[in-house]
Amino acid sequence: MQREITCIGCPMGCNLIVQIENGEVVNVSGNSCKIGIDHAKKECTNPTRIVTTTFPVLNGIYPRVAVKTAEAIPKYKIEECMKALKDVAVTAPISRGDILFRNIVQTGINIVATQSVAKK
Amino acid sequence: MYDVVIVGAGVVGCAIAREVSRYKLKTIVVEKENDVCCGTSKANSAIIHAGFDAKPDTLKGKLNAKANLMYDELAKDLDFPFKRNGSLVLCFKEEDKPALQELKERGEANGVPDMQILSGDEVRKMEPQLTDEVVAALYAPTGGIVCPFNLTIALAENAHMNGVEFAFNEEVKEIVKGEGFFIVKTGNKEYETQLVVNAAGVYSDVINNKVSEEKFTIIPRRGEYNLFDRYIGDMVTCTLFQLPTKLGKGILVSPTVHGNLIVGPNAVDQEDKDNIDTTKEGLEDIMAKALLSVRTIPLGNVITSFTGLRARTDKDDFILGEVKDVPGFINAASIESPGLTCAPLIGKYIAESIKEILEAEINPYFNPKRKGIVCFSEQDEDTKRALIKENPLYGQIVCRCESVTQAQIVDAITRPLGAKDTDGIKRRTRAGMGRCQGGFCLVRNMELLEQELGVHFTEVTKFGKASSFVVGIDKEDL
Amino acid sequence: MEAYDLIIIGGGPAGLGAALEAKRQGITNLLVIDREPRLGGILMQCIHNGFGLHTFKEELTGPEYAERFIEEVVKEKIPYWLNTMVLDITEDKKVYALNAEKGLVELQAKAIILAMGCRERPRGALMIPGARCSGILTAGAAQKLVNMKGYMPGRKVVVLGSGDIGLIMARRMTLEGAKVEAVVELLPYSSGLKRNIVQCLEDYGIPLKLSHTVIKIHGKDRLQGVTIAQVDDKRQPIMDTQRYIPCDTLLLSVGLLPENELSRKAGVELSSITWGPIVGPHLETNIPGIFACGNVLHVHDLVDNVTLESYEAAKHAAEFIKGEQVKGEAVLVTATEGVRYTVPQFVENEPKAPITMRFRVDNVYRNKYLAVYFDEERIVHKKKRILTPGEMEELTFSTELFKKHPKLTSITFKVERS
Repeated sequence: MQREITCIGCPMGCNLIVQIENGEVVNVSGNSCKIGIDHAKKECTNPTRIVTTTFPVLNGIYPRVAVKTAEAIPKYKIEECMKALKDVAVTAPISRGDILFRNIVQTGINIVATQSVAKK
Repeated sequence: MYDVVIVGAGVVGCAIAREVSRYKLKTIVVEKENDVCCGTSKANSAIIHAGFDAKPDTLKGKLNAKANLMYDELAKDLDFPFKRNGSLVLCFKEEDKPALQELKERGEANGVPDMQILSGDEVRKMEPQLTDEVVAALYAPTGGIVCPFNLTIALAENAHMNGVEFAFNEEVKEIVKGEGFFIVKTGNKEYETQLVVNAAGVYSDVINNKVSEEKFTIIPRRGEYNLFDRYIGDMVTCTLFQLPTKLGKGILVSPTVHGNLIVGPNAVDQEDKDNIDTTKEGLEDIMAKALLSVRTIPLGNVITSFTGLRARTDKDDFILGEVKDVPGFINAASIESPGLTCAPLIGKYIAESIKEILEAEINPYFNPKRKGIVCFSEQDEDTKRALIKENPLYGQIVCRCESVTQAQIVDAITRPLGAKDTDGIKRRTRAGMGRCQGGFCLVRNMELLEQELGVHFTEVTKFGKASSFVVGIDKEDL
Repeated sequence: MEAYDLIIIGGGPAGLGAALEAKRQGITNLLVIDREPRLGGILMQCIHNGFGLHTFKEELTGPEYAERFIEEVVKEKIPYWLNTMVLDITEDKKVYALNAEKGLVELQAKAIILAMGCRERPRGALMIPGARCSGILTAGAAQKLVNMKGYMPGRKVVVLGSGDIGLIMARRMTLEGAKVEAVVELLPYSSGLKRNIVQCLEDYGIPLKLSHTVIKIHGKDRLQGVTIAQVDDKRQPIMDTQRYIPCDTLLLSVGLLPENELSRKAGVELSSITWGPIVGPHLETNIPGIFACGNVLHVHDLVDNVTLESYEAAKHAAEFIKGEQVKGEAVLVTATEGVRYTVPQFVENEPKAPITMRFRVDNVYRNKYLAVYFDEERIVHKKKRILTPGEMEELTFSTELFKKHPKLTSITFKVERS
């Protein structure tokens, strides 16, 4: 299988052509440096992303708290992750780093607050 | 039963309402939009014309110069921004000079005081930004600039203080003639009234033609404008017109009463009464023509562009007074330029005829004065301190570009006939009218509307109807 | 009248960084003023990750980056005023501020650091023809609605301009349930970071239409759609390429402008290219004792660079306050042939410390050389595989280099073919 992706290693944005066999990257072309190869390998075998969103806050000085997945989650699970967070609301006080949702979509990864919200 | 139903809450409808409130009459203004000043009154040159333009035998010619002279007292009574900055009609060709002279004579016939014809060099001394092509100019010191929003709002508020009712979001669908009365039907309501005043702007033909056989057609004439940042607002001090020639009427370059610079309008007739889209050609056209008058205009300083529609008929004059075939139905129609200037006098004129028809008594409680929203940034230091002491929200700036405080915005929302949407706040206080065009203060203004009006955040609109800002909460469509 | 050694206007990343560095430099009588109800500036609404890779060697979200600085400021007991608008600053460094609690206050500073950040270019500046309905807002205003309040400005979205905030908001709107139809960019390249193009657009299959623009806005009350068209090399729309896209929201991400209203009032000279103050190597404006850093000086690509610049500005302000400022003879820096501007715009002979020059190019250049001349002598000749306007470049010149050029009169930055 062949895939074309854009390298994000630098502003060059090389158009990488990646050969994949049995789930393994066997060849990368179009890159200008080694970063391209590493990026291709990661993107074509296990692409992951940190997802950020907000939760409604009850009784806080702000109506929303910003949150993120504590680590990057598999890219294909992003949508499922957002859906799972649909009706989540949290109560102040919240400290940055607090775990607000555990094991999002069976990734073993938690959703943590990225800001503190004091009680109203 | 009402004595008077006024259709339309533009500057003309509101001016009539205020003048009618001098009498003991039960009056209501019926408006299809969410606020006053939503049609032609909100999008025009904002000029109080001296009055040399119209022919002396027209209503425009008869009213203009006289109406102009009402503004000093009116601005003081009603507390709206007005300034006599003077106007100049620029002449670019030697052979056009006779036309300039003719304009001066016409002005004199209309009663415009103190006009002067200046040479190119003389006028360049007054306005150093003028191009070298200017060979002469007609100077009319009585020309002025006004805030058309606050003029209209002030008239409406004063009318309201003196007993006039206002109904918004009610479009007149039907007018039934009875024996000595009318029933004005909107979508939701019916108003029985002795008299109907048609001040419906670009829709005044529709209203007139519902009841009268003396039909006319409004041909909306679009005019596009660019409004510039205050940085270059002091580029000119007078309003600069171009002498009309065979090639067209020319466009104006003027400071606004708030210190911006305005350039426009072009003039294109259209059928659509609602289309106020700006066009690429129109905006390019006005900028090209502006450069006849002034040396440069930095385009990067445009903060907004807009289109206004002039409500004109092919008669080229106002249509004022009771319609012959329908007693009790009074037109204040076909009000194109200088309609803004003439509005207060049109108001007087119509009110007087109403008084005569209904033999109305004087309203002894009529108060001609109205206090506007305090413009905090324009006060001296002592006043500022006193204001904050009285209400700490004067210390809280919401709109940073125009330095509008939270107290002003709350006042705008909570006063009678107050703002119901963000455009209403903008027109009353200028919050969101500056160089960032609400980029920073929009959300705060929405919150203040939510808080003061007790509506839900999703119901806050830009100008009523379906002009909402937010459609729902996040993730709900997932 | 209260007197301070240093007043910092703006409590975003630039102001916070400057405050902390000033404190480290021994300036204790200082004050940070911000007009918002909390510190952190615009970072507080930038809830996405990608901040701080250089400063903290980890990827943080905007609030996390800001809170680290805020906590330091609190720990250092640096005084700050919130909800306070600075109305005026003067040449002799008086600061007139306004808030609900204190009313109008007049402050005297020995030095001022301008750190007011930037604002978004509104629709007006673009003169996009069409309706003036609701549903058109800057990407930043949308970001505030979505991230700070949890409200959706629309369901079907077109983004005009591929600046980073536009790209970020395309992803945010998508994640929260909206459909982003396209990101439309007038230029043949995006001014956004490559990483944002991939992770905000490509990840979600959002088309990026380069060399396209919105030529008409349709709608009466609420936006109903936009007409887009391709543009030719003079950026004029090619009419037979026009296409109507139904949408209820148009987000504008068409450039950021340093917010220099106050600087103007004080008589600070501004650059017509950066729209920020013209500064020398001390990041000092033409008015002695008034310094600038961050996006008010020039719009940055990364917050990390704002932080570094804020430290520099604070160091120089501290020197000024302590009477230790040493000025050399001015050496003009010229940006030409592909280099759009440099900050600082001039340097000085025999500097005490190395000078970092930040600059941007005016177009996309591939396999070209970045060249710097000290008078006639080329002292930098660096091959660059790519230079793009979206990324800020930076070069640091050592004190030794200046020592080697004691009679230096001018420095020139350019992009060269070979």
